[in-house]
Amino acid sequence: MNLSSGKEYISTASSSAGWKAGDAAAAAAADQFPAGLRVLVVDDDPTCLMILEKMLRTCLYAVTKCSRAETALLMLRENKNGFDIVISDVHMPDMDGFKLLEHIGLEMDLPVIMMSADDGKHVVMKGVTHGACDYLIKPVRIEALKNIWQHVVRKRKNEWRDFEQSGSVEEGDRLLKQSDDADYSSSANEGNWKSSKRRKDDEDETDERDDTSTLKKPRVVWSVELHQQFVAAVNQLGIDKAVPKKILELMNVPGLTRENVASHLQKYRLYLRRLSGVSQHPSNLNSSFMSPQEAAFGPLSSLNGLDLQTLAATGQLPAQSLATLQAAGLGRSAGKPGIPMPFVDQRNIFSFENPKLRFGEGQQQHVNNNKQMNLLHGIPTTMEPKQLAGLHHTAQSMGNMNMQVASNGSQSSQNNPLLMQMAQPQARGQVTNDSSLGHATRLLSPMGQPILSNGVAANVSTKTGIQENVRAPSYNPVLQTSSMLNFPMNHASELPGNSFPLGTTPGIPSLTPKVAFQEDVNSDSKGSVGFMPSYDIFSDLNQHKPQNWELQNIGMTFDASQHSNNLQGNHNHSQPVLVQQGFSSGQVNGQNKSATVISKAMFSAGDSTGHANAQNGNQHLNSLLVDGTVRVKSETVADATPTNLYPDHFGQEDLMSALLKQQDAIAPAEHEFDFDGYSLGNIPE
Amino acid sequence: MDRNPMRRQLAIMRQSLFDQGYLDEQFIELEQLQDDANPNFVEEVVTLYYRDSARLILNIQHALERKPFDFNKLDGYMHQFKGSSSSIGANKVKAESTLFREYCRSANAEGCMRAFQQLKKEYATLRKKLEAYFQLARQTGPLETATRPK
Repeated sequence: MNLSSGKEYISTASSSAGWKAGDAAAAAAADQFPAGLRVLVVDDDPTCLMILEKMLRTCLYAVTKCSRAETALLMLRENKNGFDIVISDVHMPDMDGFKLLEHIGLEMDLPVIMMSADDGKHVVMKGVTHGACDYLIKPVRIEALKNIWQHVVRKRKNEWRDFEQSGSVEEGDRLLKQSDDADYSSSANEGNWKSSKRRKDDEDETDERDDTSTLKKPRVVWSVELHQQFVAAVNQLGIDKAVPKKILELMNVPGLTRENVASHLQKYRLYLRRLSGVSQHPSNLNSSFMSPQEAAFGPLSSLNGLDLQTLAATGQLPAQSLATLQAAGLGRSAGKPGIPMPFVDQRNIFSFENPKLRFGEGQQQHVNNNKQMNLLHGIPTTMEPKQLAGLHHTAQSMGNMNMQVASNGSQSSQNNPLLMQMAQPQARGQVTNDSSLGHATRLLSPMGQPILSNGVAANVSTKTGIQENVRAPSYNPVLQTSSMLNFPMNHASELPGNSFPLGTTPGIPSLTPKVAFQEDVNSDSKGSVGFMPSYDIFSDLNQHKPQNWELQNIGMTFDASQHSNNLQGNHNHSQPVLVQQGFSSGQVNGQNKSATVISKAMFSAGDSTGHANAQNGNQHLNSLLVDGTVRVKSETVADATPTNLYPDHFGQEDLMSALLKQQDAIAPAEHEFDFDGYSLGNIPE
Repeated sequence: MDRNPMRRQLAIMRQSLFDQGYLDEQFIELEQLQDDANPNFVEEVVTLYYRDSARLILNIQHALERKPFDFNKLDGYMHQFKGSSSSIGANKVKAESTLFREYCRSANAEGCMRAFQQLKKEYATLRKKLEAYFQLARQTGPLETATRPK
C-alpha cells in the first residue's frame, strides 16, 4: 500500500534526495493515516487470528497475521521497517508473549500491544512492566483496534524528542553525509534513532522531519578505514585526552561530525573498558567443546552452543564454513564463509548490531573498522587486522558494541556459543561480543560444519577470508552493499529499517545480524551476527536473521551499560550478546536511549536461555523494564561486566573492531540502541 | 417474496439464540465484519472455531483421563478454549469454561469433571443451532442488519 511503499522508501533512503522523493509519498501517506498502518498480529488461536485480521482490515490497516511467535520475529527481523505495530497474544505455545514483547522491544523497538482472555491484574501488570504499550482483553472489539495507531504516533514522538535531545547539533553536517548505502547518523545514537524514527514517522511526521534536519541526517558508517583513522587519532591524543573535537580534527574526514565521533568514541570506550574487564574467561564456553582449540574458540563455543564448539574442536571448520554458519546463523546468506572471521563477525554482529540498530551506525562504523583491526590483534586467532576491519565493517553499526561483545565472547567463551568459539581464533576482539558470539555460535552449530574449527580455522582463513567474507555476499546483500561499514550482516538488505548498514563491512560478513539474534540466542548461536563470513554459514543454518539482532540487540544493550556483571553472568548464548550490547549501548547513549536498549537487551538476555550474562543483565533489564520508558540499561549493564564477554586475549583494538563490526553488522535492526556499540563505558552524560 | 417468511424465520432464530443466552454481543461484532467482500464471514469463523476447538476438547478429555489431574495443564487448555469461544460470542460455552477453570484452581476434580460434561453439552448444542442458522441464512441471503439483543 501506499503507506508501506512510501514508508519503505523513506525509511530506507538515507539521502536527502531519497527523502525528498519519499516526501511526496509520505505526505500522501500522512493524509491517509492511520489507514495503511502496518500491523503484525500474532496469535496461536486461528479463530481469534481470523477475526482480528478482519477487524484490522476493516480499520483499513495493512495486516499480516502470524500464528507463531518465532515466525513473527523472523518476519520482523527480515523486514525491520516493515511494520508499525505488533499485536500479540500472551499465551502462546511456542513462546511466551512477554518474551516476544521483549524481543521486539529490544530489537525493533516497535510498539507492542498484548492481548489475552486473561484480565487478571497480575498479567496486565506484567504487560506494563515488559513494556507493552497497551493491553487488550479478549474478546477484542473493533473499537479497541481502531485507535491503536495512537501508540505508533506516540512512540515516534518520543523517539523524536529523544533524538533531538541527544544533540542534533550539526544537522547541516548530517545532511551532508548522505550516501546511498551508508547510513550516516550524526551520532550513532541519533542516527539509529533517526532512521528508525524516520521510518516510523514518515507517514505522519513528514513535516516534522523536514523541519528537523536530523531526520535526514545520513548515518555514518564506520568503515574499517574510518575506524582505523579514529583509533589512530585517539591513540595519538591519548585515550584520556581524546575528545571528539580533537579526534575529529585529527581524522579530518569530510562530512564527519563531532557527534558522530562522540558517539563512536563512547562506544570505543565502552569497548575498551569491556576488554579490560573481561579478560577473564578465556574459554568458559569453549572449553567444553574445543579442547584443542579452546582458547581460540572459547567465545565461539557458545555460538550454537554446541555445534560450533564441536566444530571448533575439530579444528576443521574452515573459516568459510564458519562464516557460513555464522551467516546462516545470522540469517544471512554467508556467501563466502571461508573466513575465520565469521566468528568475529558474529560477535561483532552481536555487539555491533545492537548498537547499530539504533544508530545509523555512522559512527560505529568508523570505530568498528579501526577497532576491529586493533581489537583483533589481541586475539590469538589468526584474524588479521584487516579481517577485523572487515568485521568492523559489519560491526559498524554495532561499532563498539560488537567488538566488545566479540571480545567478551572470546573470553568468556561462554556466552556466545557460536561466536565465542568461532570468534576466538579469529578475533578475540570480536569475540567479545559474547552475545553475538553466542548467536554466532548458534549459527555455526547448525551448520555443523567444521567451519570454525574453533575459530582457528576460521582465523586462518579469516585473514583473508574475513576480508573476503566481508565482501562476500555471505550474508545479505546488504552487507555488501552497505558501505562496507555496516555489517552486512545486519541484513542491510534484509532489514531495511535497520539502522546499521552493516552490509558493507568488508571484513565482516554481515552474518551477525542475521545469525546472532535469534530469539533463543542460546540455541542458535546465531549470535555471530557480527561475523560476516560466518553468517553465510549460519544463515543456512539458522536463518534466523532476526535472531542475530536479538543477540545484537541484547549485546548492545549490555554493552552500553557496560555492566559486565550482567553480561558475565550470562555468557550463554544470546545473553551475552545481549549484555554486551546493552553495555555498549548504555555507554554510548548514556542516556535513556541506551537504557531502552538495555532494557530490551535484557529481555533478550532473559530469553536467551538464561545465559549467565544475560541473566544478570536480565535482572537489570527487568528492573529497567519496569520503568518501561526509561530503560536505563546503563545501570544494569554495568553489572554484567562483560568479563565474560570480552575475552582478554583480544587486544582492545581487536575487540573494538570486532565490536564495531558486530555492531555494524548487527545494526540492521532498527533498534533504538543508541549506543555505538562501544561499550566503553564512556557514555557521555 | 418467497424469502420473506424465511427471512423472518431466520431473524427469529437469531434473536432466540441471543435471548436464550447462547450468543452474546461478540457475535454481533462478527456480523458487523461481514460484508460483500466476505459474505459468509461469520459462518467461516464459526466453522474454524469448531474445527480448532475440537482439538482442545480432545486434549482436555485426555487430560481428564489421567489421574491425578494436572490442574495447571487443564486450566491452560481451558484458558485457550475460553478465549476462542468468547471470540465468537459463544456465551454459554464461555460460562462453562469459566466454571471449569474455577474448579481447576480449587483443585476440585469432581467439579472439573462435571463442568466439562456440561461444557461439552453446551458446545454441541450451540453447534447444532448455529448449523441450522447458517443453513437457513444461506438460503435467504444475508441479513440486512445486525441488531443487538435486548
